[in-house]
Amino acid sequence: MRVYVAVFGHGLRRFSEYRAATAAGVFTNSVFGAINAMVLLAVFAAQPRINGYTAADAVTQVYVAQALIGPTAIMGPPLELSQRIRTGDVAVDLLRPAHPLLWFLAQDLGRAAYSAVFRSVPTFSVGIVLFPLVLPPDPLRWAAAAAALALASLVGFGLRYLYAIAGFWILDTRGVDSLGALLGPFCSGMVLPLVLFPEGLAALLRALPWSALVQVPAEILLGKETLPGGSTAGGLLFQAAWAAVLLGLGAALTARGTRRVAVQGG
Amino acid sequence: MLTYLRLAWTWSRALAQYPASLAMLTAAQAAATAAELCAVLFVFGHTERLAGFTLHEALLVYGLAALAFSLADTLLGSVDRLGEHIRAGSFDVMLVRPVPALVQIATDGFSPRRLGKTVPSAAALGWALWELPIDWTPLRVAALPAFVVSGTVVCCSIWVIGACLQFAVVDAREVANSVTYGGQALTQYPLAVYGRDAARAFTFVVPLAFVSWQPALYLLDRPDPLGMGAWLRAAPPGVAVGLALLAAAVWRSGVRRYRSTGS
Repeated sequence: MRVYVAVFGHGLRRFSEYRAATAAGVFTNSVFGAINAMVLLAVFAAQPRINGYTAADAVTQVYVAQALIGPTAIMGPPLELSQRIRTGDVAVDLLRPAHPLLWFLAQDLGRAAYSAVFRSVPTFSVGIVLFPLVLPPDPLRWAAAAAALALASLVGFGLRYLYAIAGFWILDTRGVDSLGALLGPFCSGMVLPLVLFPEGLAALLRALPWSALVQVPAEILLGKETLPGGSTAGGLLFQAAWAAVLLGLGAALTARGTRRVAVQGG
Repeated sequence: MLTYLRLAWTWSRALAQYPASLAMLTAAQAAATAAELCAVLFVFGHTERLAGFTLHEALLVYGLAALAFSLADTLLGSVDRLGEHIRAGSFDVMLVRPVPALVQIATDGFSPRRLGKTVPSAAALGWALWELPIDWTPLRVAALPAFVVSGTVVCCSIWVIGACLQFAVVDAREVANSVTYGGQALTQYPLAVYGRDAARAFTFVVPLAFVSWQPALYLLDRPDPLGMGAWLRAAPPGVAVGLALLAAAVWRSGVRRYRSTGS
């Protein structure tokens, strides 16, 4: 366990070195947030209420999405692991007396923790300054939103880990990574809140893991009844369930994939 | 020019060694554009008009913007990796070779996958042109390809200028992205959506309005809802030439001041 705590700390420290890049990220996320928000404001100017969402709800979701880009790495970058599989460096990872999934999870959560504090908080604050966002009235809901952010980071890792270990079978995962970076923003409600999607498609996307990245955390912050199970607890449970499924699948596939590495011989 | 083609071809052949990955990358690019297009369609599922523009008018704006962007991305998309080259020292190597550094950096990692964006963009433009009752005078027929070319040149120039920021701050790639990719996101909807101040800024400061907004107003023969002069509609080719010259000057001065990373 102490190993993983140390790896977590290393991940955190490593990403805290790139301060200029973090500031640039906050700037970019804020600009994109403003662009998306203004498009949605124009939509809601024509139609003040869409499937239970008001203009303020939609703009809040835009900034939740921009704030979550950092911790969940929904648009990339892919895990370092995919490159390590391609180059054969993964052999070193497998020699360690630590499970590769937990090792990379600890490292990525370190990155996510850093980016939650130094990227998510400033980005969302810019949103609060620029637009009238809907903010939770009670501290309990802020706590639920923080928990949703943590679970979203877990789901984000679970997905990227699966994309990365696809490399055990197809070697070059750049295609998979870029498909993932496309599916993520679209299916999660980041490009456009899922409430604006046609009904059938929205229902399907709400059941898939990507909605745990943006749509569910946003609705937890907004306190919407469209959450799975109709409540905040239901939303958090949905996220936790997908995190468990993805990480379990990741562990099972790692066991199968590593056997192939031995055959390839590095 | 010949060198550009030769280097681009070499990179394309290299990537074709992993056919499954290349096919997926191209499909992903095409699908990404299709997804954006879906978002536009979904938005218009809730309202007839967005800031006074109908679906097909908005698609015209979208198609012009996405087509110019995808062509610029194919030709010059790699320049935003300038910071990585500077950090890794590979930019020094480029300066030593007897080929213009800009050509080398533009073709480095050249990938035909980027053309994956062009197909759905052109389809959206075609669809819009088919549906819209445009008065096709000879001047408008001639203007359409001119707008695509000038839009591409404007995108390329902004891209190069954004990349040159990385001569000053190596980590500035993401800031440049907010102008390049952010600009692309912005030009996809009628500029009227963003209000008067933003529209002014994107006409006179970062001239993105000339990629899709002014051309669309000209083709549709619509008055500018933001009240800017009609003379701006004839400006795209001139803006493109001016901006290209500016980009070349910025690039040259960037290269002249470049002193390697030193570490």
